[in-house]
Amino acid sequence: MFTQTMFLSILPEILILVLGVIILIVEPFWKEEKRRNVGWLTAGGLLAAMLVSLLFARPGAPEMVFGGMLRFDWLGFFFKMLFMFAAAATALLLMDHEKAGYRGEAYLLLLASVLGMDLMAASADLVMLYLAIETTSIPLYVLAGFIVADDRSTEAGLKYLLFGAMTSAIMLYGFSLLFGFTGTTSTYKLAEMFAAGQVSLLTVLGVIFLLIVGLGFKVSLVPFHFWAPDVYEGSPTPVAGFLSTASKAAGFAVVVRLFFIAFPGFAPAWTMIFAVLAAVTMTVGNLLALSQTNIKRLLAYSSISHAGYALIGVVAFSPLGAASVIFYLAAYIATNLLAFGIVMAVSRVIGSDDIKDYSGLSRRNPGLALMMLAAFLSLAGMPPFGGFVAKIFVFAAGVQSGYVWLVIVGILNSIIGVYYYLNVLKYVYLYRMPNEDEENHPILLTRPYMIALVILALGVILIGTVFAPWFSWSDAGALNLF
Amino acid sequence: MNFPILSIITFTPMAAALIILMMPAQRKTEVRATALAAATFALLLSLWVYFNYDKGLAGYQFVERYNWLPALGISLHFGVDGMSAPLVLLTGVVMFTGVLISWGAYDEHHHLSAGIQDRPREFFAFLFLLASGVFGVFVSLDLFMLLFFYEIAVFPMYLLIVIWGWVQTREYAAMKLTLYLFIGSVISLVGVLVMYWTAGRATGIYTFDMLQLEKAGFSGAFQNLWFLPVFFGFAILGGIWPFHNWSPDGHVAAPTAVSMFHAGVLMKLGAFAALRVGIMLLPEGAKHWSWLIMLFAGVAVVYGAYIAFVQMDLKYMIGFSSVSHMGLVMLGFSTLNKAGLTGAGVQMFSHGIMTALFFAITGMIYDRSHTRQIPELGGISKVMPFATIGFIIGGLVSMGMPGFSGFVAEFPIFMGVWGAQWLVAVIASISIVITAAYIMRNIRQVFFAPMPEKLEGHITDITMLDRVAIATLCALMILIGLFPSLMVPLVSTGVDNILRLLGGA
Repeated sequence: MFTQTMFLSILPEILILVLGVIILIVEPFWKEEKRRNVGWLTAGGLLAAMLVSLLFARPGAPEMVFGGMLRFDWLGFFFKMLFMFAAAATALLLMDHEKAGYRGEAYLLLLASVLGMDLMAASADLVMLYLAIETTSIPLYVLAGFIVADDRSTEAGLKYLLFGAMTSAIMLYGFSLLFGFTGTTSTYKLAEMFAAGQVSLLTVLGVIFLLIVGLGFKVSLVPFHFWAPDVYEGSPTPVAGFLSTASKAAGFAVVVRLFFIAFPGFAPAWTMIFAVLAAVTMTVGNLLALSQTNIKRLLAYSSISHAGYALIGVVAFSPLGAASVIFYLAAYIATNLLAFGIVMAVSRVIGSDDIKDYSGLSRRNPGLALMMLAAFLSLAGMPPFGGFVAKIFVFAAGVQSGYVWLVIVGILNSIIGVYYYLNVLKYVYLYRMPNEDEENHPILLTRPYMIALVILALGVILIGTVFAPWFSWSDAGALNLF
Repeated sequence: MNFPILSIITFTPMAAALIILMMPAQRKTEVRATALAAATFALLLSLWVYFNYDKGLAGYQFVERYNWLPALGISLHFGVDGMSAPLVLLTGVVMFTGVLISWGAYDEHHHLSAGIQDRPREFFAFLFLLASGVFGVFVSLDLFMLLFFYEIAVFPMYLLIVIWGWVQTREYAAMKLTLYLFIGSVISLVGVLVMYWTAGRATGIYTFDMLQLEKAGFSGAFQNLWFLPVFFGFAILGGIWPFHNWSPDGHVAAPTAVSMFHAGVLMKLGAFAALRVGIMLLPEGAKHWSWLIMLFAGVAVVYGAYIAFVQMDLKYMIGFSSVSHMGLVMLGFSTLNKAGLTGAGVQMFSHGIMTALFFAITGMIYDRSHTRQIPELGGISKVMPFATIGFIIGGLVSMGMPGFSGFVAEFPIFMGVWGAQWLVAVIASISIVITAAYIMRNIRQVFFAPMPEKLEGHITDITMLDRVAIATLCALMILIGLFPSLMVPLVSTGVDNILRLLGGA
């Protein structure tokens, strides 16, 4: 039986699929130099899909669909919107990438991966979940290694693939053990089975460890983070931005749903594990970011540390904790995409990702410098940008659940963060080009960048000032977990 | 709900910053004119608030309240009381005069480049963003919003100092200042979050509203534990010894208008937040730890004055004198009695105006002579008579001379300290002598000693706008000095409220 609810629950995915098919059909007929316009099509199509879904496919009371494979609820829906927004922005940022932007496949792979992410956020069954994760990852492996002529990109693709396949196999082993112990693959039945059955804590901890390996890779927790800097540095910049935002958020969507729903009985154990991981992730990410001279590597380490901050909300294991994670990810997606978008816009003009080469940026393009200021201050957690409120919410959730020590670790880390983020801004605003002739070297933005960056910058400021609507949506999502 | 004057005051600079950012970078004069217009507007509104505050009613007035995030009890709750009304006015005055003296003058013939000549658009935008944050802290009655504005007031400092600051130390000083202040604010943040949850669990109402949190009835042990991080986290920005180290470095590296803001207003921000959040929300903790504040503040007063005395750099001297004078504010807080708190309230205003004046005049001298070393200066009074008079008036205020606002502020503080602990009053009063010594020595050398040949012919007189700024600041100090009734009764209504929270001590 195919009911209306079932249709509505996967409406965003259907629309993405339709968009993909349209691109497949249209792209070969366009002349090669026009193929970058697929980017407009992708971004426009995704925004239209978001709009349609927001108008017609909003979830009501949570409901299991497709025989318990997916769950139709606010949690999944809000994440879906976030992923689609991130993909639309990424499509715009890809358009003027010299080597990747003129090929329709890039956009198609992007769409395939968003499709997988949407399913990740909604899946309520281990089998579905695994399929969704692979649907997400495989296109991303290709995208990371998209520039075949560039050794670093190829290396990034291969490295990502090897790490990804390895950790995903470990996670799959964890899933199969779960099925073996409980006889069910439904996330929502696992908890009952644990409560009824005689599964020892040690066994469950073993399984949890296997799951953390797989998911920790996705969200790049220390010690599963080694791939991130190399892959971000090598892959096309917009793809790196997408990897560090949407892909990470998708990982968190799974973490939140899986752990909050399936293992509530073992909460003291896994929250402790996550607390330690969060502390280590924040600290290692920030300390390694301190010495970076390449801006993409700096952002890679900073994004590792941000996974640590967001994890504080998971550790809190409370409605506010879940809401704060979701809010954090929303703010972080907008902020980090903005940062990577700027890096992309700058590097295609100056041909370098060295922080040194950002000298004089504020004189070469004051508007771009201001947006960079917004992005980096938001990453540093300064108001009136999104990062400030997001950090306060996760810290508040941490304190509420009694993890004051973890919050203090987080706070010490944000101090380190302020240092290196401001350092980059020093290059942008203070230092000058060697000949002090910035007016002869303007950095011009093409239209897609202009649009994408301005929207993202406004998003960063809106999330940081008018935070009530975003929070209430995050909260609605979080309530589906309790 | 009446006219939302406090929101307008708070958001005027921010709106002006946005407008300024949208103007073309080459239209420097238009940028400055817009900045001046916005600053004048904010000043007039803050004057209106100051004089329309009803002292008979007391309490929080011009209150506005909008639910911002009801789920967590965050609201945009604005209001001023007798403590914050003078500080709002102070911010308006410093903003107005800061814009005036940043306008500057450019004269190739005399190697003169005063004020802000490089990228004034960005300068005023960042400065005004900071001003919005400052106004926001002074009027916020919601703890979340207070922190929000507090951070907004802190981070533009980094850019303002690093871009327009003194070439030799700006990078070091800007980073040091930002890290100190950020550390302070996040330490307080932990305390604030703990207060939020503890109060919520006790009363069942989860709110950041300070008027509600006042009634939370935190236990004595809780207050004693959390008072320290909350109070000292904020007090770092107030320049309290031994965390004052960032402050003189920051003053010296900052461009003139930013030094004025920094010493004139930002340090009050720290003291004010420490008072409002630390002392008013955790009164038992304040009583428990008042000896420690008194100790630190007492050291700051004497030590700051002594270090100022041995400085050869004019700006460092004023920077350390600020540490000393802010020590007096903290000393006033630590007494927890009526005289001391009232004096502290007036001192915050008086010192803000005085130090803004000092930095303005120092900036004018430096722009023309390109040195701040006191021994290398001399004879300034012949070419800049107006500035000289201004500096002397500032000096008299600094020494606490009767007839000027400094006396109105310092006398009650010492009275209060005498009541609390007479020995501290005796020791702290040494600072008055040291202050008099370095101010007099400085005036003699810089303004009245014979002018070194090097400077002969290079020094030009200050501009009309500079004179307006100096006159405004001087007039305020004399007015308060001659007519203490303009400010003291107002401040004492605020103090009554604090004393009520302290249990009618």
